[in-house]
Amino acid sequence: MAQKKTHRTSSDDPEELTRTVLQAVLLADSFAQKFRPITLERPKVLLPLVNAPMIEYTLAWLESVGVEEVFVFCCAHSQQVKSYLENSQWTKQPGAFSVTTIESHDAISAGDALRVIYTHGIIRGDFILISGDTVSNMSLAKALSEHKDRRKKDPLAIMTMVIKHSKPSALTHQTRLGNDEIIMAIDPGTKELLYYEDKVDLSQHLISLDKMLLADKSALSLHNDKQDCYIDICSPEVLSLFTDNFDYQHLRRHFVKGLLIDDIMGYKIFTHEIQSSYAARVDNFRSYDTISKDILQRWTYPFVPDVQYLGNGLQIKLDREGIYKAPEVVQSRSAHIDSFTVLGNATTVGDNAVISNSVIGQGCTIGHNVTIEGSYIWDNVKIEDGCKLSHALVCDGVHLRAGVVLEPGVILSFKVEVGQQIVVPAYSKVSLLPQPSKQDSDEELEYADANTGIIESPSIATMMNAQKVDFPTSDADRSGTSEFYVSGAGYIWSSCEGGNEDEWRHSIAPIPADKLSESLLNAFADVDAPDQDTSCIPASGELLPDSASTVGDGEDYRDSADFEKEVEATFQRALAGVDLENVILEINSLRLSYHMSHADCAGALFHSIMKAALVPSYSSKNDLYANAVKEIIKWSDLLKHYLKTLDEEIEVILKFEEISVETAREFSPLFSNILSCLYDKEILSEEAILSWAQEKEGADESDKIFTKQSEQFIKWLREASEEEDGDND
Amino acid sequence: MPDVQTLVNDFVLKLKRRKIEGSQASAKQTAELLRSVVSQQRLPYINQATVLLDAVRAVGEQLIAANPVELAVGNIVRRILHIIREEDLTSTASAMEGLSLSANSDDDDNYEREDHQALSAAAVAAAARSTLRAPSLQTLLEGIPESASAPHPSSSGGDSEGKSKSAERSSRSKKLKHDVIEAINELIQDIETCHEQISEQAVGLIHQNEVILTLGRSRTVKEFLCAANEKKRSFRVFIAEGAPRYLGHVLAKELVAKGLQTTVITDSAVFAMISRVNMVIVGAHAIMANGGVIAPVGINMVALAAQRHAVPFVVVAGSHKLCPLYPHNPEVLLNDFKSPSDLLDFGEFSDCMDFSTSGGSPRLHVVNPAFDFIPSKLVSLFITDTGGHSPSYIYRLIADYYSADDFVVRRRSTTS
Repeated sequence: MAQKKTHRTSSDDPEELTRTVLQAVLLADSFAQKFRPITLERPKVLLPLVNAPMIEYTLAWLESVGVEEVFVFCCAHSQQVKSYLENSQWTKQPGAFSVTTIESHDAISAGDALRVIYTHGIIRGDFILISGDTVSNMSLAKALSEHKDRRKKDPLAIMTMVIKHSKPSALTHQTRLGNDEIIMAIDPGTKELLYYEDKVDLSQHLISLDKMLLADKSALSLHNDKQDCYIDICSPEVLSLFTDNFDYQHLRRHFVKGLLIDDIMGYKIFTHEIQSSYAARVDNFRSYDTISKDILQRWTYPFVPDVQYLGNGLQIKLDREGIYKAPEVVQSRSAHIDSFTVLGNATTVGDNAVISNSVIGQGCTIGHNVTIEGSYIWDNVKIEDGCKLSHALVCDGVHLRAGVVLEPGVILSFKVEVGQQIVVPAYSKVSLLPQPSKQDSDEELEYADANTGIIESPSIATMMNAQKVDFPTSDADRSGTSEFYVSGAGYIWSSCEGGNEDEWRHSIAPIPADKLSESLLNAFADVDAPDQDTSCIPASGELLPDSASTVGDGEDYRDSADFEKEVEATFQRALAGVDLENVILEINSLRLSYHMSHADCAGALFHSIMKAALVPSYSSKNDLYANAVKEIIKWSDLLKHYLKTLDEEIEVILKFEEISVETAREFSPLFSNILSCLYDKEILSEEAILSWAQEKEGADESDKIFTKQSEQFIKWLREASEEEDGDND
Repeated sequence: MPDVQTLVNDFVLKLKRRKIEGSQASAKQTAELLRSVVSQQRLPYINQATVLLDAVRAVGEQLIAANPVELAVGNIVRRILHIIREEDLTSTASAMEGLSLSANSDDDDNYEREDHQALSAAAVAAAARSTLRAPSLQTLLEGIPESASAPHPSSSGGDSEGKSKSAERSSRSKKLKHDVIEAINELIQDIETCHEQISEQAVGLIHQNEVILTLGRSRTVKEFLCAANEKKRSFRVFIAEGAPRYLGHVLAKELVAKGLQTTVITDSAVFAMISRVNMVIVGAHAIMANGGVIAPVGINMVALAAQRHAVPFVVVAGSHKLCPLYPHNPEVLLNDFKSPSDLLDFGEFSDCMDFSTSGGSPRLHVVNPAFDFIPSKLVSLFITDTGGHSPSYIYRLIADYYSADDFVVRRRSTTS
């Protein structure tokens, strides 16, 4: 086996080690659809990042760190990736750096890709696993030698993950790259990764750790300020592990977590933290924006536009204030180019245009009085006079007619045309391709969709023709988005699975002020909470589902009133149509977090039901009674779930009493009626009612209103039970 | 057999990727590459010089464009163009004088060439061999003047003597090429030995018990100081650490290892310390035609401090750093901006660069220039491998080394 061979060499002297060819597996497919609709037409790795395809950055880095053999795994749009690589400097170049493509159309996840690579049997030793959208300038030598040293001592250390120090935003709990905060537990001595969670539910300030971790390790440091760079140094075992566990799909969610949980095999993952160098992955539009800006700020040096590493061969000049200009830019004297802007080759900029913090591609035409702010404009885009673009992404060949306004977060895919004076609303995505009707929320399966997208593409032509017929009719007076189709070409995509609320998180546009202030409020509310939170961690370590969120002001946190409110909120959702089981689950978790008993739950729930009964309009007592009965019947199942013992039933009666006192006008006259109704519906047992009556006997007069009111009913119950007793005798 | 074009491409890629560190290495490798370009160039019978010039210029243009920041590459290209012109001039001159061996020339360069003319047959053979052999850098390196000029006991000498006109014709074509290659070899040797040449002058400049200040680390400065130390001069060195790359720390280590009394100070303490200093010695990235200097960042500040306290400010640099262009020339890329990670830790400042919460525009800018420009009036003396020169004399040196026709290498792109 190839594996064994490398093992033997690794036990030899270090000189032997250096002689093994360093290989890398580059996944030219993200197996996600965060860049849709653009990725329907072009693979993500070929999308330009500061005017150079993303894969160029990855390959350039691999070349610079001494990787000699790169296997590029292509899946969606594999032909495009292949033909790009064939024409690039990387395959033509003589010398030690070779790029080989591996194609597979069935792979729908990183796991599948690695399984395909395993079957090819080309990986002979330690390799670097990287995705084709990673930008880095880190030096690999140290991480690699650490990895090899560890391997020598412990063959179970099969992977080294590269991480980087980066604080997540305290407000939005997302990193600057738009990912969720990642929580890692790392052994401070050995740097072994012990825990990895990238989908932390932050509203609860809770994470659960296996207590075995603390039993095994003398120390453990928990980090939320580490960024996963998605650069892994792997041993060949990683591939065979993927093959053995055919259900591993996602590198992090399945593979890393799977290994961390699995005690039997005992494989270990280690981390390597990079200090001064840069590494990040373009995962969504937010990180596209962030990384572009990092490149312009030169954090990725030498992978910056004016150093000709990336092979477009153009001599780009860096002016003051971070303005990068390609040689043949035609710029009007009155145009104002602001800091951190790139102007691509053969681009013309008209009079009084203002461009700031933007990247403009090659061969673009920008008209007079155009304002472009924080936008990414790819090649051959035509922008007519008076357009306003802010924080938009505009792909190749787009044509914006005069006066178009792109609001923040707009994505215009290839060759979209927008008619005069149209305002494209914020966060809209426009493509010539229709949105695939089959929306599969499962990220792993998404590339299957992408393939169907390709099949659909012939229909573009017909569609465009149909629309272009109408072009001449476009006139400035008839504006509005509905006009989009008349004077332009393209489908507006409805927002995909994340829902519109989440759109702002991953968009190119900065987070809007109202969202920020909202999260600011939440953050302040949270500030008080943590100490109580920690005391609230239930012994079982169960995580609260996020729907039970909205933490109150934190003062009467554990108060039963608060709990009641929470239950009521949950119940409202139940009214809105949430599954009964989910409601029970939510209430259970609420109960755990508030340290309440089942009895409290039952009481609170009953409270909510009665309140619900008050909601519909009623004219008379009888109406109200009917309402109440209806609600009780409706929710009897739910109530019964909590009425397991006598105590709980009594609690419900006491609660009912309380409600009746509070709402003297509504419920107090109906007390006995409803009580008997509850008895009829077998929600309350007679024992409960009797013991309640007994309890109340000793109480003072004012407390006895309701026992008196239902005296008759109680008496009847007593008699009935005595009768029963008599029968039994 | 590696084609010249692949060699050129390889070198261009290395330059583009900034894989060649330092002016000296760039200069040397450029000269070696151009030597192989010259040796592989097929020459017609007439207009040999023009063909050679065009070949070198074509390659040189690519090299300069590959890394415009490294001015030494352009300097060497221009030096070699100048060499070809000179050789062409002398060979036509000698051709007009016939084959007389007693040509008296006033030029120093011609001294050696007389020898070669005397040994012309052997030289032709040597040149022929060098073109036949695989022109890898290795074999070309072996062809340094000492070994090449030594007469080889081959039979070719006799053969070529016996040959008639055709041999003479080929010898004429080979001769220019051969002479150029010889001159390039000399140039390479000059680059290699520039440190020693400069260091030889150290004793004359550094006196007993002086205090020398330098900033950052320059290999030339290091050799210069060590040479003075070896000659039993006892003096002290102040080293400004040279933020943000702190190469001054490295220099301090090296000097201490050689037994020099060394003090490390921060860059910001330079002005406070300069009054105790007898001389400032710094290295340079490039010396421009007007005597201005492009040097690692921070040196301008040192120069100003030195001027304020009337401390001599000496720049040591090999002649390959002598650039025939003026700093205002649009072709000159004065500065290189490095990664901000030299200054700031990315992780610590990542919250300042969260564009999503800061309105989309970066509020934190980090500028990390690599070089300073020091105007010529602040420089007291240049020490090059040819001796000490005042800034006002630089233009004269440039006239010696370069031909004015070559200042703009990118001729084709300007005409087209």
